[in-house]
Amino acid sequence: MSITEILFWVLSVLALVSAIMVVASKNPVHSILFLIVVFFTISGHYILLNAQFLAIVNIIVYAGAIMVLFLFVVMLMNLNAESEPKKNRLLQFAGLISGGCLFLVLISAIAKSTTANNVMQLGSGNSGLIKNLGMVLFNDYVIPFEISSVLFLSAMIGAVVIGKKEKAAQDGN
Amino acid sequence: MLLAIDWFLIVEKLVLIVIVVMASLLIAMYATYGERKIAAVLQDRRGPNRAGPFGILQPVADGLKLFFKEEIIPNFSSKFLFILGPSLAMLTAIMTGAVVPWGHTIHFFDRDISLQIADVNVGMLYVFAVVSMGVYGIMIGGWASNNKYSLMGGLRAASQIISYELPMGISLIALLMVTGTLSLKEMVVQQQTGYWNIIYQPLGFLIFLICAFAECNRTPFDLAEAENELIGGYHTEYSSMKLGFYLFSEYINMFVSSVIMATLFFGGYDIPFINEADYNQNWMALFGIMMLMTKVVCFIFLFMWVRWTIPRFRYDQLMNLGWRILIPLALVNMLVTGGLVLLKQNHWHF
Repeated sequence: MSITEILFWVLSVLALVSAIMVVASKNPVHSILFLIVVFFTISGHYILLNAQFLAIVNIIVYAGAIMVLFLFVVMLMNLNAESEPKKNRLLQFAGLISGGCLFLVLISAIAKSTTANNVMQLGSGNSGLIKNLGMVLFNDYVIPFEISSVLFLSAMIGAVVIGKKEKAAQDGN
Repeated sequence: MLLAIDWFLIVEKLVLIVIVVMASLLIAMYATYGERKIAAVLQDRRGPNRAGPFGILQPVADGLKLFFKEEIIPNFSSKFLFILGPSLAMLTAIMTGAVVPWGHTIHFFDRDISLQIADVNVGMLYVFAVVSMGVYGIMIGGWASNNKYSLMGGLRAASQIISYELPMGISLIALLMVTGTLSLKEMVVQQQTGYWNIIYQPLGFLIFLICAFAECNRTPFDLAEAENELIGGYHTEYSSMKLGFYLFSEYINMFVSSVIMATLFFGGYDIPFINEADYNQNWMALFGIMMLMTKVVCFIFLFMWVRWTIPRFRYDQLMNLGWRILIPLALVNMLVTGGLVLLKQNHWHF
C-alpha cells in the first residue's frame, strides 16, 4: 500500500463513521459537529485527487459558512432530544422508503457509469487545479455558470425580501 | 513500496513546523507583555516591572499562574465539547502559519530549503478557510459552558465573524485580480520585482485591516467578550489553562493576521530598495525574515494602539459597519479594480 492508499482508507472510514454518527447521535449539536468532520474528510479526498481548489472551497463554503449557520440556529433555539416533537410512524416509514430509493438510484448510477470502474489517478490528475477549472468554467460552461449565478442572485434577493417582510410586519404591530 | 518518501523532505518540514509553531507561541507570549507595556505607556503608567528586568519575565509568570489555577468544568456542561472549544481555538490559530512564506529559499547541505511549510497554489483561500474555521472554537466553548452569557458571547462572535468574512473575501478578490495568483509565495515574488500591493489596493487593504480586527475579536470589535454586558463573554465559565488557551489564541491570531497583511500588501519578506539576488542567498534569507518580523511588529503595535485608543462599538453599530459600509465599499473596490485590470489588458484603450 502506498501512502495515498493508506490515507484514502483512513479518510473513507472516518467519513463513513462520522456520517453514521450524524444520523445516530441524539444531540443535534453533536450531529452538526460530525457533519463538519464529514466535510473535512471529503476535502481530504479532494486533496488526494489533487483538486486543491475544490477541497478548500468545500471547507470555506460548507464547513466555514453553512455549518456555522446550522450551529447558530440549533444553539439559539436550544434544540435537544427532549424538546423534539414525536414523529409520526407513517412519516418515519415514508422517510425510510424515500431514502432507500435515493440510495438505490445512487448505487445504480455509480455501477452503470463507465468512469467509476477506472481506478482514480491519485495525486496525478490536474483537472481540479484552479487554473484548469477556471478555463473549463469560463470557456466550455459559460452559460450554465451564468445561469447558476442568476439563480444564486435570485435566492439572495428572495432571502432579503423575506427578511424585510417580517420586519415590516413587526413595525406594523 | 511502502512509504517510499523523501526522508530529508519530511525531516526538513518537521523542523520547519516545530520552529514556526514555537515562534508563533513565543511571539504571542511576548505580545501579551507588549500589550501591557503599551497600555501602560498610553495610560501614563509603568506597566509590569516586577518579574525580571523591565518585567521581561512577566509572560512566564502569567503562564505559570494559569497552569496552577484550579481547573473547573461546570457540572451541566458537555465535558468533551467544553475541552474541545479552547483546543480548536488554539489549533486554528496555529494552522495558518503553514502557507506563509517566511523567507527566501536557503541553501544548506547542498539542498535548497524553502522557508515555507506548504506552497499550495490556493494559499490565500487556505488562509481564508482557516479563518472561517476559527469561529468554531468560540461557538462550541460558548455553548458547552451551559451559561447564557457564554452562549450570547458565542453567538455574537459567530455572527460577527460571518458578517466580516464577506468584505474580507471581496477585498481579497480585488487583490487576486491585481496579482493573478492565489499562491502567497508567488505574490511575494511579484512584490519583490514590482511595487507592493498596498500601492494598487489601498482601499482593499483598509477593508482587510478592519475585517482582521473584527476576525481577531479585538477592540473595537470585541463584542463577544464585552465584560460590561456579558461578564466574560464566551469564556465566562473557563478557568486555568483552558482560559489561557482562549486568551492566548487571540494573540496568536493577531500575530498571524499581521503576517498575512504584511505578506499580502507589504511585500512579505521583501527588503525595499534592495535587489536580493545580488547578495549571498542565506544572509538575504535571514535579513528577509527579520524584515518580515519588523513589519509584523508594526502591525501588532497598531492592533494594540487601536485597542487602547478606540472604545468598543455597540452591537448594532458593528453590524451596520459590516453590512452597510464595508460590503458596499468592498464591492465598489472590486468593480473598479476589475475595470482597471480589464483596461490594462486592453492597453488602456476603451
